[in-house]
Amino acid sequence: MTRAPKVLTEFFWLEHLHRIEAYLDRGGYQALKKALTEMKPGEVQEEVKKAGLRGRGGAGFPAGVKWGFIPKGADRPKYLCINADEGEPGTFKDKYILSHDPHLLIEGIVLAAYAVGIHCAYVYIRGEYEMIARRLEQALAEAYAKGFLGRDILGSGFDLELVVHRGAGAYICGEETSLLESLEGKRGNPRLKPPFPALVGLFQCPTVINNVETLADVPFIVRMGAAWFLEQGLPKDGGTRLFGVSGAVAKPGLYELPAGTSLREIIYAHAGGMKDGRKLKAVIPGGMSSPILRADEIDVAMDVDSIAAVGSMLGSAGIIVIDEGTPILHVLRKVAKFYAHESCGQCTPCRLGTSWIHKIVERMAAGGGTREDVDTLVRLAGNIKGRTLCPLGDAAAMPVEAIARKFRTELEASLEGGAVRP
Amino acid sequence: MNAALSEALAKKIDELAARYPVKQAALLPVLHLVQNEKGFLSPGDEQAVAARLGILPIKVREVVTFYTMFHRAPVGKYHIQVCTNLSCSLAGGDGLVEHLKARLGIPLGGTTADGRFTLTGVECLGACETAPCLMINFDYYGNLDAAGIDRILGELS
Repeated sequence: MTRAPKVLTEFFWLEHLHRIEAYLDRGGYQALKKALTEMKPGEVQEEVKKAGLRGRGGAGFPAGVKWGFIPKGADRPKYLCINADEGEPGTFKDKYILSHDPHLLIEGIVLAAYAVGIHCAYVYIRGEYEMIARRLEQALAEAYAKGFLGRDILGSGFDLELVVHRGAGAYICGEETSLLESLEGKRGNPRLKPPFPALVGLFQCPTVINNVETLADVPFIVRMGAAWFLEQGLPKDGGTRLFGVSGAVAKPGLYELPAGTSLREIIYAHAGGMKDGRKLKAVIPGGMSSPILRADEIDVAMDVDSIAAVGSMLGSAGIIVIDEGTPILHVLRKVAKFYAHESCGQCTPCRLGTSWIHKIVERMAAGGGTREDVDTLVRLAGNIKGRTLCPLGDAAAMPVEAIARKFRTELEASLEGGAVRP
Repeated sequence: MNAALSEALAKKIDELAARYPVKQAALLPVLHLVQNEKGFLSPGDEQAVAARLGILPIKVREVVTFYTMFHRAPVGKYHIQVCTNLSCSLAGGDGLVEHLKARLGIPLGGTTADGRFTLTGVECLGACETAPCLMINFDYYGNLDAAGIDRILGELS
């Protein structure tokens, strides 16, 4: 079993960690002081690049490289948007950072803004996290009062305004261009890319969009250095990951482990193994959008590249463990219902495809399935994939394809009796 | 239907709008604010908000109808949003939905005749580690079973 170094969650046990006094007591805002007094913005950016920090929101893009896409110069405002819209089924990690350690996020935000030359940032937090948004607002007020936010931060001449903005219940708004539309007070319909947000983003200005966990890693990189951060993970995928484990395990919960920890180890050594001695059937490794893995496919390292190599994705690192007692048709129903509900309706292949898939799966579950249904599902999924403005189309298609490919025998057998979990 | 914004509410809206370079950007926070005050968003509220932010009423309607958290009709004093997604169902969530429907005597999407409870089935609430889970207004409840739900409902006034 891998030693379990704690980076992000090391101080989660501290009472009142969310208050600024507790954060300062354990060395909080030291990275910011270091950066503002000893480092040029470009040096912070370079350190983050060297640290191999891959985005924790789902796409796994290197954060430092993303920052580098923002044009230099100050002819128009630049914005930083923090994606706290956490809505991928099976994902609950950012909630822990936001509620336990909001100042860690704020420090990461100020560092990122400094590195890129940004003076205005918005945290877009999912609407249901209302209590957490309040806690974050309280942390913001504390940070402003102590001079870690606002004008002339710590006497450095660097300014940053930070605003908390609540969404209102739309999964699609976790997609970055949809998030921008939503933040502008519109329906969350994704934008056509290019232009990419780095050039034309919020209010038509250059914009960085980073996930909460990604930014929470930045203070550690600045304080401890890129080399140290890389040691916590892998050469191309630095740091730890917050794995959320749910479903049929003995100990569902949040586990901070090095990038590259094996899926088997996460399930059996950390999450306590299968619940009530049940038998493992399948695992969704990175949130509902990630293609399902069979029980015999879990000897895979959980880092961006390794999990992609076996045809799935690390995504948001939300691991859903499925036991033998659960019919695969039940999993498919939940998948189909979710994407049919959350498609924003802008692109026809996704709007119609997800609802057709949902209707077919429901018919199968009701005992009215036909021999052609599985092939029809695969064909529909294939007609969504790659034909939409945003990744939701792919996200809806990939799990359907994977379930149909890996569990075809069971699916077809279930057509006979319409067997669904009671 | 009195849709006029109170002086205090109008002032809060202006404060929210001042946080953005474009007033319309405050629309979601403003709608949360107005809904918290009034319980739901009437056509009159939509028009009042539009006027205050200097945008067309249709822009407000587009947003109100897109996001599931905005209500165009009254909901119960206690709005129960129960997760119907995968992780919760693996922990017995579907049975809890049936229990809630039976206990309250309403289908998903329904409101009890006394106006106390509205029951809505929702997608993932981001609390899978405490599955099965639900929200009552803005409070999260997790690791539930039928007895736990009965106890929570019994404690609500």
